[in-house]
Amino acid sequence: MPKYTIIDHTADIGIDVFGDTLQDLFSNAGFALFDIITDLSTVECKVKHSLNIIGVDKEQLLVNWLSELLFLHDVKNLLFKNFCVNQLSDYQLNADVSGEVFDEKRHIIKTEVKAVTYHNLSIIQKDQQWKTRIIFDL
Amino acid sequence: MGDDKYKIQKIDAYRWRIPREGKMRVDGIIYADEHMMQEIQKDESLQQVINVSYLPGIVSHSLGMPDIHWGYGFPIGGVAAFDMDEGIVSPGGVGYDINCGVRLLKTGLRRIEISNKLETLVNTLFANIPSGVGSHRKDLKLSQQEARNVLKNGAQWAISQGYGNKEDLEHIEEKGCISGANPDVVSDKAIQRGLAQLGTLGSGNHFVEVGYVSEVYNEQVARVLGLEKDGITIVVHTGSRGLGYQVCDDFIRVMIDASRKYNIELPDRQLCCAPINSPEGKEYLAAMACAANYAFANRQMITHWVRESFERALHVSPKESRISTVYDVCHNIAKFEEHIVDGQKKRLCVHRKGATRAFPPNHPDTPDVYKAVGQPVLIPGDMGRCSYVLVGTEKAYSDTFGSTCHGAGRVMSRNQAMKIAKGRSIAQELKEKGILVRADSRATLDEELPEAYKDVTEVVDIVEHAGISKKVAQLKPMCVIKG
Repeated sequence: MPKYTIIDHTADIGIDVFGDTLQDLFSNAGFALFDIITDLSTVECKVKHSLNIIGVDKEQLLVNWLSELLFLHDVKNLLFKNFCVNQLSDYQLNADVSGEVFDEKRHIIKTEVKAVTYHNLSIIQKDQQWKTRIIFDL
Repeated sequence: MGDDKYKIQKIDAYRWRIPREGKMRVDGIIYADEHMMQEIQKDESLQQVINVSYLPGIVSHSLGMPDIHWGYGFPIGGVAAFDMDEGIVSPGGVGYDINCGVRLLKTGLRRIEISNKLETLVNTLFANIPSGVGSHRKDLKLSQQEARNVLKNGAQWAISQGYGNKEDLEHIEEKGCISGANPDVVSDKAIQRGLAQLGTLGSGNHFVEVGYVSEVYNEQVARVLGLEKDGITIVVHTGSRGLGYQVCDDFIRVMIDASRKYNIELPDRQLCCAPINSPEGKEYLAAMACAANYAFANRQMITHWVRESFERALHVSPKESRISTVYDVCHNIAKFEEHIVDGQKKRLCVHRKGATRAFPPNHPDTPDVYKAVGQPVLIPGDMGRCSYVLVGTEKAYSDTFGSTCHGAGRVMSRNQAMKIAKGRSIAQELKEKGILVRADSRATLDEELPEAYKDVTEVVDIVEHAGISKKVAQLKPMCVIKG
């Protein structure tokens, strides 16, 4: 099973994300976000950040998690590659993420992602698999 | 129309109705011809027009312009107006890129004067105007205090700092500053994102395009706008960058709670909203105004660097280049405006998401210089075809809350576009058509290839035939910079 697949959405970009556990799902969603933004094979893990995220439910937690990563990307020019979700409930997440600062000599930006939307967002569990569909605003 | 997914009735050659049923509070009305209506039904945008019609206090109808396409929450190309007492305001009805918009500049230069200097010009523009990630002007450093002034004063701030002149202000929607902006309600996160990105173009569909007037449809109006055949024009398309995205994101979170608090039933969480007069609604509007002002300042600064680039690349003085602003329009915004509803004058909160204001001649908000002809409307096309200059009409004012289309509208997902572009060089193809392109990434060019968009001419012909705008001139691209 791939970590995620891209779906066709006219204006923006949509992804279906998969995971054996909810933790995997969140971690794979982070990976998908940066896989869309850059070529991750060129990114090394030099900088580490520890994140604590809260939300009113799983869906909002997912949006808040990805939005925080996007915020750090935007203000610190960081590209993240590794997403280790240590703790996760319906309302709280703790994760260690690592990556490095964008360097125009080595990195490319494939797509600028403006935001993570709530459009028709739901996280479901079926046949021992977690799945969600997320639309990013480009 | 043989689709039974939606009950669609043809009103006339350019309008379609989705009649009110179930939880819909008003009809949906789509501006399109037969062919475009078939295209529109390929994605989910009509469902989104229906979803918007569920929202409390919506007045008259939920509208779709001919460039409508599938967004998130509201469709892109959607217009909806809400009653001041019963209505709501929704950050999703404005979008993440608050006051994404277009500015048109005219010049005193002719096509023949620059055609052999395009290479230098495009390279100078590309070097001078920062676009993508991590790029910013080294000569620009903003303090937190200065950032607050940007949010409060918009393009007026930029001009007070020497980016442009007072005349520019007269030719910007709302004179480049939306009132009611309160920086106190903008989060630190939004300000941090904004500090780093002021004066940058951004990537995706944002661009600066140098072109020429290829066709004049209405000599008299074109003369008032200062456009003549073969005259050089510049189109700037950008918005509020990370600051606007963060404001939208912050307030969607607020509005999800508010929707629950005010018992607003939502067909899609992205449509979350609050009553216009609620504390949440007022705060959003004050933050939105800040982001809108940031975007006006951004386009004003880029205008200044366009002027500098022309002088440097073409060795012309400002007196020779005579670059001035024709107009600057927002196409992602919520505005308080007066409209006539059932014969009564009413103040409404009009949401335009991927739609442009198109006010008629003599409207108080149409700038004095354009009072006789109507408010200019700027419709950018894709990189390879053309853009249009239109003016607003009385019919737009009476039928669409003074609104019209905003661009070509995508027909192809970015994924499809990338597949089609594989193995091709879009830059080379455009060069063969005489259009020079510089972009930060090849992916941007591939995603933005001309076929990914509806033909803007078709879109513009529909709004003209439907009477909600009047064609004035067509512009053809010569060189483009993208993020």
